[in-house]
Amino acid sequence: MLLIRCPYCEQERPEVEFSFAHQAHKPRPEAAGEPLDDHNWARWVYYQKNIKGVAHERWNHAAGCRKFFNAARDTVSSEIVATYKSGETPPVPESRIEGEDLSFDYENAEGGA
Amino acid sequence: MVAQPAKKQRFNALALFRNALSYHQNWEQQWRSPEPLEAYDVVIIGGGGHGLATAYYLAKEHGITNIAVLEKGWIGGGNTGRNTTIVRSNYLWDESAAMYEHAMKLWEGLTQELNYNVMFSQRGVLNLAHNLTDVRDTQRRVNANRLNGIDSIYLDAAGVKKVVPGIDLRGGGRYPVMGASYQPRGGTARHDAVAWGYARKCDEMGVHIIQNCKVTGFDIEGGVVKGVQTTKGRIGAKKVGMVPAGHSSVLASMAGFRLPVESHPLQALVSEPIKPTIDTVVMSNAVHAYISQSDKGELVIGAGVDQYISYGQRGSQHLAEETLVAICELFPQYKRMKMLRQWGGIVDVCPDASPILTSTPVDGMYLNCGWGTGGFKATPGSGHAFAAHIAKGEPTELTAPFALSRFETGFLIDEHGAAAVAH
Repeated sequence: MLLIRCPYCEQERPEVEFSFAHQAHKPRPEAAGEPLDDHNWARWVYYQKNIKGVAHERWNHAAGCRKFFNAARDTVSSEIVATYKSGETPPVPESRIEGEDLSFDYENAEGGA
Repeated sequence: MVAQPAKKQRFNALALFRNALSYHQNWEQQWRSPEPLEAYDVVIIGGGGHGLATAYYLAKEHGITNIAVLEKGWIGGGNTGRNTTIVRSNYLWDESAAMYEHAMKLWEGLTQELNYNVMFSQRGVLNLAHNLTDVRDTQRRVNANRLNGIDSIYLDAAGVKKVVPGIDLRGGGRYPVMGASYQPRGGTARHDAVAWGYARKCDEMGVHIIQNCKVTGFDIEGGVVKGVQTTKGRIGAKKVGMVPAGHSSVLASMAGFRLPVESHPLQALVSEPIKPTIDTVVMSNAVHAYISQSDKGELVIGAGVDQYISYGQRGSQHLAEETLVAICELFPQYKRMKMLRQWGGIVDVCPDASPILTSTPVDGMYLNCGWGTGGFKATPGSGHAFAAHIAKGEPTELTAPFALSRFETGFLIDEHGAAAVAH
């Protein structure tokens, strides 16, 4: 079980108090300056970066203060590098997606910001 | 130069007797480990059950034998050897029922077809219903199954007790059993034998199985795939079939596109071996628990997925504990048993709990992934359908509904109810 520090409660609490709320820093298409069509909507709703390495994630302290916050967590070792409040700048960068350098720009395949 | 076929000895009673005379020292190699050639007609990435089945049916049904199967570890070392071996086809929607029932029909002749005992045992599968909503959902699924020609039966509590005498219908007060769906043709198969059997047949037909060969990138020119970069050098390919479990988004990002999957750890555990106590498979969707007994006598128990994304092949202790609590409530006689081994595998889960079998934004590149928590049961069907898709270069009747485009059109195949593991 992970021990997660809630940045609002300022306490380290067991994982069962939290729910995982998927990729953080994912703006809606219109906020990212893109047209709100089926393609972009599908990307926003269903597509995830699913990073192998350090990823920015949203968590909810569901059985605690019930606030959403963000975590930078290594998805291989499960080490939580940092947790920070919603709206704050991530203290550590995300891992690049493996092999991204080799990729070509097919219809701007990137997901959210 | 193309890969050479190699005729195999047949496995039968006479061969067993003959080899017993030489103390079983002279059984031939099951498959060779060749060095990769410069190029192949088709390169399959992923040497699990699905990948090997794809190569097998490409060779057998479509006459394409110049194939390499690239496996980053060893055959049977990934999710193929990490699942709980359950086979069934009682899925709700027509598209998935067609796919899983296609697989079920292939399972029924697989041992004979491969001349390899995959120990397919049609011992029946029950999916328990614990409350009124479960009962209604289960009845709906059973009725949908019957319309699709699948042998699904609804059992009430007394019916469940008749099939599984060891069950406590009160579920310790926490998980009362009100009914179940029952598929008598469902059951289990020896998971790694499936991979070995396909690998052996592939090798016989001249398919190259290349182990310890990790893909590190793709050669893509003008939107057309030309080859793959691997830890054993560049391998040219006219077509590439990606059949990764657990790393599909990593592979896709190498090719420059994204997928709607999330990778989660799914875990299972086995107990110490005991005498036969349960002769069927019991699954409970609501409490993340499923149980069967292996031929060795171990209880094979599956747990739920961890809530967070992970690429580390292990599950959390508290999930295993939750599962065992439920098992003990349903089967009080197992309370004092010891668990011997526990392991985890990474499953790529789609938002609708259905797989992706699709052409991709890259010409000549095809993708079969996202089987989530229930890929093993589909192994022959998935390979058979995906082979047809690759050979024709376009979707078939079976694979078309599972295209990536469904996330844009909204034509989702929501199988969370039939997936039997809450996501």
